[in-house]
Parts: sequence; C-alpha cells; structure tokens
Amino acid sequence: MKKLFAQSYLWLLLIMLYAPIIIIAIFSFTEAKVLGNWTGFSTQLYENLFAGGVNNALIVAIENTLIIALVAATLSTLLGSVAAIGIHNLRGKRRAVMNSLNNVPMLNPDIITGISLFLLFASLGITQGYTTVILAHVAFCTPYVVLCVMPRLQQMNPNIYEAALDLGATPFQAMRKVIIPEIKAGMISGFILAFTLSIDDFAVTIFTNGTDGLDTLSTYIYADARKGGLTPELRPLSTIIFTVVLLLLIIINIRTYRIQKRKEAKL
Amino acid sequence: MKDSNFIIELSNLSKNFGDKVVLDDVSLYIKKGEFVTILGPSGCGKTTLLRILAGFGNASEGEIRIAGEDITDVPPHKRPVNTVFQRYALFPHLNVYDNVAFGLKLKKVSSDEIDSRVRKVLKMVGMTDYEWRDVNSLSGGQQQRVAIARAIINRPQVLLLDEPLAALDLKMRKDMQMELKEMHKSLGITFVYVTHDQEEALTLSDTIVVMNEGKVQQIGTPTDIYNEPANSFVADFIGESNILNGTMICDKKVRFMGKEFECVDVGFGEDVPVDVVIRPEDVYIMPHSDAGMFDGIVQSCIFKGVHYEMTVLTSDGYEIMIQDYNAFEVGQEVSMIVKPSDIHVMVKERVCNTFEGKMIDSTHVKFLDTTFACAECGYEGGESVKVEIDFDKVELMDNKEDGSLVGDVRFILYKGDHYHLTVRTEDGDNVYVDTHDVWDDRDIVGIKINAEHIKISKSAHDEMAQ
Repeated sequence: MKKLFAQSYLWLLLIMLYAPIIIIAIFSFTEAKVLGNWTGFSTQLYENLFAGGVNNALIVAIENTLIIALVAATLSTLLGSVAAIGIHNLRGKRRAVMNSLNNVPMLNPDIITGISLFLLFASLGITQGYTTVILAHVAFCTPYVVLCVMPRLQQMNPNIYEAALDLGATPFQAMRKVIIPEIKAGMISGFILAFTLSIDDFAVTIFTNGTDGLDTLSTYIYADARKGGLTPELRPLSTIIFTVVLLLLIIINIRTYRIQKRKEAKL
Repeated sequence: MKDSNFIIELSNLSKNFGDKVVLDDVSLYIKKGEFVTILGPSGCGKTTLLRILAGFGNASEGEIRIAGEDITDVPPHKRPVNTVFQRYALFPHLNVYDNVAFGLKLKKVSSDEIDSRVRKVLKMVGMTDYEWRDVNSLSGGQQQRVAIARAIINRPQVLLLDEPLAALDLKMRKDMQMELKEMHKSLGITFVYVTHDQEEALTLSDTIVVMNEGKVQQIGTPTDIYNEPANSFVADFIGESNILNGTMICDKKVRFMGKEFECVDVGFGEDVPVDVVIRPEDVYIMPHSDAGMFDGIVQSCIFKGVHYEMTVLTSDGYEIMIQDYNAFEVGQEVSMIVKPSDIHVMVKERVCNTFEGKMIDSTHVKFLDTTFACAECGYEGGESVKVEIDFDKVELMDNKEDGSLVGDVRFILYKGDHYHLTVRTEDGDNVYVDTHDVWDDRDIVGIKINAEHIKISKSAHDEMAQ
C-alpha cells in the first residue's frame, strides 16, 4: 500500500512536470490553429517551419540563436578554463575569495545581469547587436565553465605539470600536452552547459540585443506571442528544441557516467 | 675554480618561506657518478633542496652549479636533470610507451631512435611488453618503474629521486632498492635520493647527507655516519643508540654513568662535558660476574627476529638499551662490558641555554622577547647582558598559561636517566630542557624559569668591544 502510494505520487509529479511539453509535442502533429483542437494527423506545421515564406524571421532567429550559442560557448570555454587553472594555482584565502566571486554571477538573477549589462554597454557607447549579445552570454556562461573544469584540476596529480617541465617541456608545451588533456572532459561538459544556457536565455538577451531587430528564438517567441497569439509553427519548433536539449542532457549524463566508471576502474 | 670532479655544487643555499627558514646556508658538493642520499625527518628541508635542484623552486640565496655551469636561474625544462616523483606523476592520458617517450618526442628525436630507446629502458626496468598498457591499470611498483624509465631515457647528468619508494609496501621496497642500486651501477648517472628512511639511506648510498631543521648535520659514507655520528641528532636518527652525558677526563679517559671508562678518543681537553654514544649491539651482556665493567637488572626483553632487544637498569640508575642474540630474563642480574673502541665521544653542542638579553631594571631582564624576574645582579636597566640557564632549571608546564613563554616540543633525546628536549618557542627560538617527565613530540608546553636560576653576566658583545 505504502509502495503503491509512493509510486503514484512519483508518476503524478512526473506527469505534471512533463504534461505541457508532451501536449505541445502531440499537437505539433495536427494543423489546427488553436491548441487543443485535433484535426487529424499532419506534418504540415513541420513543413511550414522549414518552408520559409511567412516564417522566414523564425528561421533567422534560429540561426542567430545557434551562432550566438556556438560563439559564446567557445569563448566562455576558453576563458573559463584559463580562469579555472589560475584560480587552482592560488593558495589559501585568495583561492576561496576567487571561488566565491565566481559563484556570485551564477546566483545573480538573470534580469539583474541583463539590466546591468545593458547599462554598461549603453554607458560605454557600444552599439547593441550581435557583439553585445555574445559578450553578455560569455559573461554569464563563463562561471559555469569554471565550475565544470575545477573538479578535474583538483583530481589531477599536482606533480604532473612539474614532471612535464622536468622532461623538457616549456610551460606552454606542458599546458598543451599535459594539463589540457587532463581537464578536457571538464571543458567539454562546460561547453555543452554554456551552449544550452545560451540557447535558453531570454532575460539577458532582451536587454542586450539592441533596436535593430536582432532576434534569438526566445525573443522572437516573446514578440510573436505579444502580437496576438502564438503561431501554430511554434509547436513543432518547441518539440524540436526540447528533443535537442534532451539529447544533449543524455550525452552529458552518459559522459559523466563513463568518467565515473573509469575512475572506479582506476581504484 | 672549475673542479671537474664535482657534478653538483651547491654553495650557501638558503630558502625562506616568509619568516620560516627552510634551508639555512646549505653547501653540498657531489661527485660525478655518486649515489647521494639526503636523509632527514619530515620538514627538515630535504624535499625543498631537491626541488631547488630540479628548478621547481628558487633559492632565496646561494648558487647552484651543475657540471660547472651556473644554473641558479635556469628554468626546469633547460636543466640537465630529471626527477622521479614520490607519487609517480605519470601522465594518466598517455600509455606506458608515450609516457616514457615524452621527453624524447619533445626533443624531436627520430621515431626509430625513440622506439629503440623506449624498448631498451623498459627492458632495463623490467617492463617489457607493457608498452601499450594504460598507466592507470598498473600497480604502484609498476608505475614507479615506468616513472624511472621516463626519467632515465633522457640520459640526464643527474637523476633526482624524491622518496620514490615511500608508497610501496616493505617487500616491494626492498626489491626496488636493490634494482635501483643495480641501475645506478650500470647507468653511471649521479643519483640524488631523498628519503626519511635511515635504513634505505644506509643500504643504497655512497654518501649520506643528514639534514635537520634546514641545516646539514653531517656528510659522510654510511659507515662513517653510523659509526662516527657528528652530534646527538645524527646518533639518535641513524640506528638505535644509547646517548649519555659524560665528561672527558683526559685523552682516552671518559666518565659517564658514574664510572670511568677507557676510550680511544683524544684531543677534547681535560674535564670537558661530552655526549657519549654506545650502539646497543656494542654492549656485551652476561650473567652477573666480576668481569663486567658495570652491573644492572634486566627491565624488559623483546624478541626482534634476529636478536633480542633488552633494557637494563644499571646499579647507578641509568637505562641502557642492549641488543644480543641471547635472551636474559626480566629481573635477572647481569653484567656488561663495552670495548674502548665502541665508546664514541662527541663534543656537546652546548652545555647550557645561552641568550642575549637586556636589563629592564636591576631585578628584571628581558630575553626571548619576554621579561623575567631575576635575582639582584648588579647590572642596571638598559644594559645588554648574557643570560645563561642550566638545562635542568627550565620547568615545563602542562598548561601553557602557567609559563611565561609558550613552545612546542621538537626533539626528544633519552639520555639514560633523563630526557633532553628541544622546545621551540612561538618566535622560533630553541630552549633546551633536561627533565625526568615524559613529553611527546609536538606537545605544546608552558616554559617557566625561576628568578634564582637565571644567571646573568656581561654581554659577549661588550667583551669584544673592550
């Protein structure tokens, strides 16, 4: 009885969590303009989505989103990894201070990050557009990369960098041939995390995308909804995005599982 | 000035971390092809010295030469030395072959040559057929072999080894010791080996450098160090020993344990206080007889495998440790003989605590940054004076609040009937104490000195000035 109760509670919770997404996914395969009307199975909405025409702006928004996410994730992976190595080499109090400084932006509400970046760019007189969105995304993604790389550095035998120098590697070679391979797994996790965070973002983007009509998916959907109801094509789009994110999540989980397995094998 | 005999010349090296002196004016000259062991307790500066040799740390002062070339400021990747690390430090993402080939690949050696050299060194360390194994799948001993192979393949002039066997179990350690010695012989490379294990040092080395508190205590062959320790620290650290207070009466005659003994040491002067060292295996023990030089009663007897280790309380109240193949029962009356050549006499480093002080007024003196009450001595406030306190007049208190100074016990020497302690104050000064109480290493104690035991005399500086 107790077990049954626990089971049904779990399922209820899962249904509540996933119902909205599942409903959208189901209704992406019908043509009805209003969500909730089933007018027979059709993939018309998917075709419309990629057909261009009215929805050209949507495709541009998707393109923007992906480009921004790729560039921002790459830059923050580089910056974050270097920062993590720097923080790792600090001692005692300074290291603790840098670690907490790294954590603050992650806890900061997105809307505050967005407004403050908007004010920063405005006061520096930078025209807002692609560059500012990418800079803003790098700013909030980098701390997450640091967080992903740090544990790898802590697990590393502190002598291996010195061992590389000892065997004749210059500091740069030692970094490239020994440190980077050691933290690579953390860097990849950091990259994927930064990528999804960037795709996900609305609050920061809306404050930094300027007035020239640069739209990412999230800002496009927001504008579209305000114009008067959601276009039905958003249903297949949401379904696709959800599937992609789900796949990324599965990849991350498999990776962590494998790394853990390997670590256990070592012991 | 260039002496080709020496491959490593360390001159007057000092190293400070903040206020802490880790190396204090260390000079060391190592001959080409020698197997040198730097031996000392943890925190004595031996690892710091090795790291400075490898280039991972800079000396605060001093000069390092390798093969006559000044490399004091040369970065580690340009030094003709290679290191075997305590925790192996193999590259986990590379297999055995790539780990060993790492140095040669950096030097752009042709792949054919790399191949043959890797095979050769792997054979040498007994790791043939392991080339393609993941280093994480190897045991500790195997990883250490790979680490050694990775270092010697570069044909360094000097191989530095930082406690390479410390993480291995006893049996494996013994085997690896023999292999290292073999390797040293066949390679002809100079080995500098750091360890805290005195037995390892005695087994492996041509020369042992004993270090303590950042200073070199003694340099010599294993036999020299064992048979002729330079001071009580070395005698206590290397092997087992009985260290006793004594007085050199005249040449070849020394008094300790309340008796006069013949010895072979000369040149100490007359009536000079000395430390006497007798190794436990050099005391001959027999059932009570008139032929003995001194008598006692067996206090304990423990079987140690090859020999028995016994503690005997002599009739004059001194405890002596004895190792013998024959067991004597606890409580049995025994007699003992020590050959003159087995009595080793060392100059005492000090006979009492000596500090520089300053008079506050005629009954108060300041030394060790603390003001002590003292007896009226005829010196006035502001005068610089020399303060002396006998070892046994310093009292140690359990509660640090009870003393006028706080310190921790750093070094304990049992002298047969009392303990001689080195207590380090919070400011880093040493106070030496003779006591019958038992203290443990690193105990925090209060230091108390009574007014009547503080002896004040004219400052050494003033005497020189006059």
